[in-house]
Amino acid sequence: MKFNRIIKTIFMADFISGLLIAIKEIFKSKKTINYPFEKGKISPRFRGEHALRRYPNGEERCIACKLCEAVCPAQAITIESEVRNDGSRKTTRYDIDMLKCIYCGLCEESCPVDAIVQGPNFEFGTETREELYYNKKKLLENGDRWETVLAENIKADSPFR
Amino acid sequence: MVYINIFFSEIYKIIFLLLPVLVSVALIVWLDRRVWAFVQKRKGPNVVGPFGLLQTLADALKFIFKEIIIPASANKIIFILAPIVTLTLSLVAWAVIPFSNEMVLANINVGILYLFAVSSLSVYGIIMGGWASNSKYPFLGAIRSAAQMISYEVSIGIIIVNVLLCVGSLNLNKIVLAQENVWFIFPLFPMFIVFFISALAETNRPPFDLPEAESELVAGYQTEYSGMMYAMFWLGEYANILLLCALGSILFLGGWLSPINIYPFNLLPGFFWMIFKILGLFILFSLVKAVVPRYRFDQLMRLGWKIFLPLSLIWVILTASFLFFLDMLPTTG
Repeated sequence: MKFNRIIKTIFMADFISGLLIAIKEIFKSKKTINYPFEKGKISPRFRGEHALRRYPNGEERCIACKLCEAVCPAQAITIESEVRNDGSRKTTRYDIDMLKCIYCGLCEESCPVDAIVQGPNFEFGTETREELYYNKKKLLENGDRWETVLAENIKADSPFR
Repeated sequence: MVYINIFFSEIYKIIFLLLPVLVSVALIVWLDRRVWAFVQKRKGPNVVGPFGLLQTLADALKFIFKEIIIPASANKIIFILAPIVTLTLSLVAWAVIPFSNEMVLANINVGILYLFAVSSLSVYGIIMGGWASNSKYPFLGAIRSAAQMISYEVSIGIIIVNVLLCVGSLNLNKIVLAQENVWFIFPLFPMFIVFFISALAETNRPPFDLPEAESELVAGYQTEYSGMMYAMFWLGEYANILLLCALGSILFLGGWLSPINIYPFNLLPGFFWMIFKILGLFILFSLVKAVVPRYRFDQLMRLGWKIFLPLSLIWVILTASFLFFLDMLPTTG
């Protein structure tokens, strides 16, 4: 046993086998992607940038129940609401501080009408802090932009909810 | 007037040597990163230029535009001098490297001594940098580096003695020409291995990159350096690596000689064979970097003093007695 070890050390058997493995690995397919040009697949449950959705007729889904505001562990959400002339309660202000947000997904989970959701977008970096204080307008815009994907994702995930 | 002519023709020759060396250093950094990435199944730098070949140029440009920060407690003169010394010494050594029978800047008859002297001096750049930074990690890194380079220079020196015994000349061109029949890698194979490992240690390459051990010493002697001064250390280091690859190919792989002196092979000028050999050795360098973990400092010292030094000494005696008793000693020329 000891003798074998010495022979192995002298002829650097372990080192050479390691080198051969390295040479073999060179010709295998690469596991990384060219990120900005290629993107990895993400799950329908992915918790990225927030969005406020609308009903197909254009009415906001949010009913200002403030469950998301209450459940938010980082207290990143601020909601103010009023009762409209038609008797429905709607938000007048819906702010998310994206810097406070921890992307836990509890707001999406707590929402009874699937209004606030977290979309698949994770590339919303900005140059100033102020741009990351999202207001209702910005969130609704996000919702309009991502609606197709959001609806698809919610549908794909619905059997597991 | 004659002197001025000679002066300018020499400068022209020097520039013609240095520019290719610097460009190849830039390319070799790219190659190193690329090989390393491929072993780890990554793509490596592939965005700047074709295949990412210009990546190093982009990095260098970034370094040029960065601010050079000199620590308040540093010894300013030596701090600035250190990277200059490192880069200069690693480039100066290229003067004697023969790329073909005629393509040598200085075909001096003690070429190998000169090369050895200059590569020994290069430890000064590191020591100066580490000491002048006046901070603990650079200092520790510099001490480690100095100890390591001095220990491994001893065994490299004795390995060179082995080769010189077979050649009988200190001229690098004569060393290459002595390998016309058989490259020294075959009769002196164990010495080639020892030389290769010592070269790794000499140039602070993994697994002997203790001076820069990130987990222990931040970045060793380079910790306090920034901007172009850091880039100069970096260039000097890679020029040194390339130099030792060149030295290895001259001593053991027959320099600019083609592998077989028959028709299709000796068509290619010696220059290309030299480049191929340097590249081959360098790829081996970077493969080793990808494969092995870092040595501990005491292991490093043990390997240098207790294994390589006795081994190469024994091999000197073996070579000498073999040559002496078989009457094959080279005629002094």
